[in-house]
Amino acid sequence: MHEWALAEAVIATAQQIAKKENLTEVREVSIKIGELQQVEKDILRFALSQLKPANFKNAKFHITRAKTTLKCRACGNTWLFREQGLDKETAEAIHFVPEVAHTYIKCPKCGSPDFEIAEGRGIWLENIKGVR
Amino acid sequence: MVDPRTTIINTRLKQIGRIIAVSSGKGGVGKSLVATTLALTLSRTGCKVGLFDLDFTSPSTHLLLGVKDAQPKEDKGIVPPQVNGLEYMSLIYYSHDHAAPLRGVDTSNALIELLAVTQWGKLDFLVIDMPPGIGDAVLDLVRLVKRIEFLIVSTPSQLAFETVRKQVSLLQSLKVPIIGVVENMKMTQASTVKRETEKLGLKFLTEIPYDPKVEESIGDEKKLLETAPAQKIRQLVAAKAL
Repeated sequence: MHEWALAEAVIATAQQIAKKENLTEVREVSIKIGELQQVEKDILRFALSQLKPANFKNAKFHITRAKTTLKCRACGNTWLFREQGLDKETAEAIHFVPEVAHTYIKCPKCGSPDFEIAEGRGIWLENIKGVR
Repeated sequence: MVDPRTTIINTRLKQIGRIIAVSSGKGGVGKSLVATTLALTLSRTGCKVGLFDLDFTSPSTHLLLGVKDAQPKEDKGIVPPQVNGLEYMSLIYYSHDHAAPLRGVDTSNALIELLAVTQWGKLDFLVIDMPPGIGDAVLDLVRLVKRIEFLIVSTPSQLAFETVRKQVSLLQSLKVPIIGVVENMKMTQASTVKRETEKLGLKFLTEIPYDPKVEESIGDEKKLLETAPAQKIRQLVAAKAL
């Protein structure tokens, strides 16, 4: 339940934004999760539902998955991350700390581990909506 | 778009008494040795202590401790395993014996991830072994960890101390507490580091003589605690000088 820790971070941040924007009730929270971290959507949703405070009681959580784009700094090649093909231990290591992708993944064109995670790394809070 | 992870970091650390980053401007001065022996020594006094290796690209505390099969548990985050009585966290659980070639942005992201998801629980001390220099790890800890304190390690070399001077200047300008300076691998009677440390308005904590037995103590906790660095750290802890 590593997703639980991320859900706590989402709720704490959403709560902070709601306070700043004087929202008395939060109705919608939009979250983006990058494929690289392989966050389990159902577990995240469950954790969010368990953690939501009173002013989130009617809140809906929209969770969208973003593809992970990797860009090689050595040769400029851009490719999409695919979990398939990684062994279980490697996939799990990247799940906990996505940056260890640099240990296990190489540019398919030139073999360099020096690539940029251009898009779709981990979890982002996109937007919250509520009433004042 | 907001990165939600940074908001939760101080909540994760709220049950920790003191958070001490063992740091230096230069590599190879003995930060990992000081951090590891400090954590073990505090733990032997009955305190609950965590050790966090933040030197992601060149970790070494796992070698000093002789970590073998330990792996974190997953429970509402990551729970560090106990190693030699310490709650021990390192990227090596995930990168294993392979190289982790990380640029600054990746170092920063990995650091934020581990601070956001590690469940340390209640600790008296969290000792952090820092990478050398005043790059991402120092800047991120200062930015994200409210109660961070720095313990600085130098050698008698002018080259090491000049980098320490820059680090002290940065931390002092940011009003970050500095516990003091430890001079490691001392081979002469020269008191330059002590004098220069005091000129900076800092406490000179101790001087540790060069001890060739350190190499053969790697991976053996008992031998490690018999080395000159451990003996000096023990005196500091006993005198409540930290």
